[in-house]
Amino acid sequence: MNIVVIIKQTPDTETVIRLAPDNKRIVTSDIKWIINPYDEFAIEAALRLKEKHGGTVTVISFGAQRVVEALRTALAMGADDAVLIDDPQMRDADFLRVTRALVAAAKEKNPDIIFIGSRTVDYDQGQRGAILAEMLGWPHFALAISMESDGKDITIERPIEGGKVTLKAPLPVLVTFGGSHAVWNPRYASLPGIMKAKKKPLAVKKLTDLGLDPADFSPDKARIRITSLELPPQRKAGKIIDGGLDTSGKARELVKLLREEARVI
Amino acid sequence: MAKNVCIITEYRNGDFRRVTHEVASEGRRIADALGTGLVAVALGSGISAKAPDLGKYGVDKVYVVDDPALEYYLAGVFVPVIAEVLKQLDPAAVLLPASVDGRDLGARLGARMNVTLLQDVIEVVVGDDGKIKAKWPMFSGKCFAWCEWADGVPPLLSIRPNIMQTQLLDESRKAEIEAASAPIPKPRASVLKYELDTSGKVELTEAEIIVSGGRGMKDAANYAMLEDLAGQLGAAVGASRAAVDSGWRPHSDQVGQTGKVVNPNLYIAVGISGAIQHLAGMGYSKYIVAVNKDADAPIFTKADYGIIEDLFTFVPALTEEVKKLKNS
Repeated sequence: MNIVVIIKQTPDTETVIRLAPDNKRIVTSDIKWIINPYDEFAIEAALRLKEKHGGTVTVISFGAQRVVEALRTALAMGADDAVLIDDPQMRDADFLRVTRALVAAAKEKNPDIIFIGSRTVDYDQGQRGAILAEMLGWPHFALAISMESDGKDITIERPIEGGKVTLKAPLPVLVTFGGSHAVWNPRYASLPGIMKAKKKPLAVKKLTDLGLDPADFSPDKARIRITSLELPPQRKAGKIIDGGLDTSGKARELVKLLREEARVI
Repeated sequence: MAKNVCIITEYRNGDFRRVTHEVASEGRRIADALGTGLVAVALGSGISAKAPDLGKYGVDKVYVVDDPALEYYLAGVFVPVIAEVLKQLDPAAVLLPASVDGRDLGARLGARMNVTLLQDVIEVVVGDDGKIKAKWPMFSGKCFAWCEWADGVPPLLSIRPNIMQTQLLDESRKAEIEAASAPIPKPRASVLKYELDTSGKVELTEAEIIVSGGRGMKDAANYAMLEDLAGQLGAAVGASRAAVDSGWRPHSDQVGQTGKVVNPNLYIAVGISGAIQHLAGMGYSKYIVAVNKDADAPIFTKADYGIIEDLFTFVPALTEEVKKLKNS
């Protein structure tokens, strides 16, 4: 079974976001980069599937050379090979174009199944998986919180608002992973894994290597563009309810404020 | 005649979901700014009878595809049908809910029609030149981004639930109905089970009040206390990552950058210190109450009202007071 996992390197979730002077980008100089947590769940699910049915796990990502570290981590977790699409022409491309490049790279691996996180913790758009599926003409199982496959069909469960849906389809299928660390419990890279990862194949490709025309990726071809970034209004610390009141006095005061000042209860 | 603004509805269990009314109200506002009409595309099984009601929220005309095959959302069925109807309508802009299904649907429509969706929009402005700009939260709300579409590209945007004001125009206003024709394909995927929680539990992302517990709760059993308080307030119960990782609460309750981003009117954080990844998930709440015995907990820097108390004595006292209020 050829399993492809698409990952993105994102700032750590503990990162404090600061804006660059042009208000169009964030300051990245002091950011700690991690594998997008939801993509880590996808890697874990891929490795479990491989352990059950055999096959290979290929991880594909895009971005600058720093992304090599994320791919090496995935290889150390147990993936077999990795592809990085690193092309300066892609830097300002919109979601559709970046995803087109990922489709081209994935197709080279003749995938039976493709896994990806349900969203990235940076742009939070949560649409890459759906776009990939549409471009491939595959079913897309979004937000999987469980997955089973006999190698021919795949069944997943996904949460919806106030409920849960169980879906089944024959392969190929694209699955995006939701849930949390508690659901997928992604493995850590072991020391022997890290040593082995250094020798595993990691190909770096340009758009032309994937049969794509870099001119299609120029910023003026973007269908959508970010015009500015802004930080949310700073929340100010409010009032500490004390006033020498006892516990039920504080509770009474809080209810009064929520009722009369905030008017939310 | 100027092109219409179009919304895509979400229908479940015999009615439109509330977020559809929010999207319709926002669609109406945009249509008015553009000086044009508001139409809707509505897919579902048995949806025709309810469709005229969308008029109340400003929809002028509904294009309905009513078929038993459309009972549950499957991209393989909904995407080609909606794309076909939209092609015929050629709208100025398309809005849909950023619900679980809407997010998938919107992204696929964007790819299919080569327009690019903007997901999870929380604000839309229409310029004097008729150009639409939209804002969405990145990094779970640590930063907002404004976006615009290239000339000639009709904006496609999914609207975050619980943000836009619902505007009930006129209780008796009815939308005109037209059956849309589009072939309904057979999907490769099938729905094996569709289970809805019938306990009346409020969904976190759509809740007006959330009571959330963190590491300070110490044990799964102690959440009964928060359930009691939530019951009195008609609230949903959430949890921090620490509580979910400890196995005290299901992952579906997790609020934060890995978890759900919520925007209730009131968020009561109990025994939650306020790690940055949690603050990102709930910082957009209108009012925040923090209950923590550690006066230095970072949550107090974000809270409108802070209570420095042991949660195990304070929460029951608060529940009592809310009960008194409800009975008065």
